[in-house]
Amino acid sequence: MIYREAGQFRTTYAADQRIFPIVQDRAGMALLLAVAFVGVPLVASEYALSGLLIPMLVLALAALGLNILTGYAGQFSLGTAAFMSVGAFAAYNLQLRLPGIPLLVIFVLAGLIAAAVGMVFGLPSLRIKGFYLAVATLAAQFFVDWLFTKVGWFSNYSSSGVITAQPMAIAGIPLETPVRRYLLVLSIVSLLALVAKNLARTRTGRSWMAVRDMDVAAEVIGIPILRTKLLAFGLSSFYCGVAGALWAFAYLGTVEPQAFDLQRSFQILFMVIIGGLGTVMGSFLGAAFIMLFPLFLNWAFHAVVRGGEVRAGLLSQLELVCFGALIIVFLIVEPHGFARLWQIGKEKLRLWPFPH
Amino acid sequence: MRKTKRWWWLGAASALVLVWAAPARAEGEQFMPVPSYRVGPYAAGGTSLYGGFIDYMNLINLRDGGINGVKLTWEECETEYKPDRGVECYERLKGKGPTGASMFHPYSTGISYALISKVSQDKIPLVTIAHGRTDAADGRYFPYVFPLITHYWSQNTDIIRYIGQREGGVAKLKGKKIVHLHHGSAYGKEPNVVFQKQAEKYGYEAKIIEVPAPGSEQQAQWLEIRQFKPDWVIVTGWGVMNPAMLKNAARVGFPMDHIIGNFWTGSEEDVEPVGAAAKGYISAAINPSGKDFKVIQEIERVVYGAGKGNMVDKKRVGSIYYNRGVLTGIVSVEAIRVAQGKFGKKPLTGEQIRWGLENLNLDPARIAAIGATNFIQPLKVTCSDHEGGGAVKFQQWDGTKWKVISDWVQADKELVRPLIEESASKYAKENNIPQRDCAKEST
Repeated sequence: MIYREAGQFRTTYAADQRIFPIVQDRAGMALLLAVAFVGVPLVASEYALSGLLIPMLVLALAALGLNILTGYAGQFSLGTAAFMSVGAFAAYNLQLRLPGIPLLVIFVLAGLIAAAVGMVFGLPSLRIKGFYLAVATLAAQFFVDWLFTKVGWFSNYSSSGVITAQPMAIAGIPLETPVRRYLLVLSIVSLLALVAKNLARTRTGRSWMAVRDMDVAAEVIGIPILRTKLLAFGLSSFYCGVAGALWAFAYLGTVEPQAFDLQRSFQILFMVIIGGLGTVMGSFLGAAFIMLFPLFLNWAFHAVVRGGEVRAGLLSQLELVCFGALIIVFLIVEPHGFARLWQIGKEKLRLWPFPH
Repeated sequence: MRKTKRWWWLGAASALVLVWAAPARAEGEQFMPVPSYRVGPYAAGGTSLYGGFIDYMNLINLRDGGINGVKLTWEECETEYKPDRGVECYERLKGKGPTGASMFHPYSTGISYALISKVSQDKIPLVTIAHGRTDAADGRYFPYVFPLITHYWSQNTDIIRYIGQREGGVAKLKGKKIVHLHHGSAYGKEPNVVFQKQAEKYGYEAKIIEVPAPGSEQQAQWLEIRQFKPDWVIVTGWGVMNPAMLKNAARVGFPMDHIIGNFWTGSEEDVEPVGAAAKGYISAAINPSGKDFKVIQEIERVVYGAGKGNMVDKKRVGSIYYNRGVLTGIVSVEAIRVAQGKFGKKPLTGEQIRWGLENLNLDPARIAAIGATNFIQPLKVTCSDHEGGGAVKFQQWDGTKWKVISDWVQADKELVRPLIEESASKYAKENNIPQRDCAKEST
């Protein structure tokens, strides 16, 4: 009832091509953005901002990057963390060696460098497919890790290889407070999400989906496979590279290869799978679930047994058990991920409260 | 059916609300965050470390009624040894308690690096006993970071000096071959600079061999070692790397008493899986193992006697990691005590405790009063030197337990200090940190 599109007529092509054709969706999105940009900075605590929201948004961006590659273009990759790592190290070195470049330009350049690396490691995708490709992208993971550990130049010959990210500033305004860092991350992530959402509806996006669904058929109807696949790798790595730079600069405050290990690649892959392949919203929902839920469990278990004599070690184990069980439950209930659940919810809302 | 479901949700929701409303903290308590890791690959170390830490705080509360009457409270947060979880825990715990977090003990090099810039903003001391960023020992640039007791660079000079002792004087090191076998991580690479510098000073032939993390595969590295035929092998290992290292060494027949591990390569957990083959293996230690110390006996009597011990596996009480946790507790409590001497016997802020850490002076008399003679080395922290001690003891595995085989071996400060100052000023320049004038600090 509240979610009916009856009576909303599209009279122009522009109206028909909108991202959100339904008024309720537009209002909902506007409200969400207003809350995220204005409401959250006003009320959220320092912990919620820098402990929860910033990392969640950054990981959502990385998941979005992987979703372009895996969800839209159908190419499996386990090199996500490697491309994030490239972005982080690129941003650090650019800032160190070319002082005076504005921060946002540095992030874009870092993304572009990651994109170039991603395209190189995407080349095997022309010959190998599916799980074999996933194994081939593992090479990126190990190579990048090895390179940054072995070659001292990348970490400015720091004795340990862990480097402190430089303080961030835009136009002379230091981004030291959590609120400012949050707004920076939020702006970049929303802008890139908008780009991704639109890309999926263009010729490029449609050729990705054609390649994903059947690449031989796509080639027959005239889609250049090489360009399409490499573009997907490049764009995906661009997103991951920016995410990596943000992870290092806006969240951790350090740049080190160990922050971008294979486990991080898996974590982001799970976000995409649980959130929903081939959806922008799924990346955000997946990131929220995978990143925030263990923290919630940690908090909840400690809150429930506060003062009690339950062993902390046992609690930590229980959290992992609960989290694992929930992943299985969700995948059984809805194999297409949270984005699909949301879609079903919307369809139900259309009829609610009248069942017919 | 539908209705019952709805009731279920309502019940769950109200339970959550109740839980949310429950926390109420008494004023007059000093809050200590406990960022522990009890799951994951390093759980064995984390469980004992933080178990010992909590047991010592419990001892202070139960036996003395707190520090000068100010009770300690704490809350755990699981970091899984990962930097991102560690940062989250730090943000979660830093504002708890009436005066906020007292200090932070991450026991993870990755986490401590990530917190360095955050702690100076929040004015909470970051105490990285025997781990973390080495050049942070220069307190002029790192006012809130304390690599207390010793760090990797001092330790490496300790080990080389000990090898010198065994060879009959450091002059005999000339022409010897020494390998540094290290974990492929920030932590493992840290001592390389000092290891190379000493090779120039003493004239030994240095070779650095890296084991890719996590370190369970070492066949190739030990083949390389066998070809190089070193006189000594120094190992900077951690977690699964350590037993694998000993197994591989035994396989190629390298003499165990010529392998020297650092203080994270010498716990019971590292040698027990190897069994008798590890007999004779030597490692550095900032604290000995065992229960022959008054402080450990007190914990057993007071804390475990009251059934409030933190360790599920009571056999681990007195292990290397457990004792290191107790040592962490001792240093923390003593720093708070020093700060209370200046700011009053009440809950203190991180900034005030920072002063306490900087003026910490554990002399043998004080150490004896704590009941920790031979357990902890004398410690004198100053504004410019945030390390304080720098010595380690050496211990040898006799097949069933670690036996201390040396006195405190002092670090080569003349060699280490200039390197620290150089590295710290480079960091300060990169990050625009001004130098603090130590002459103007209040004492």
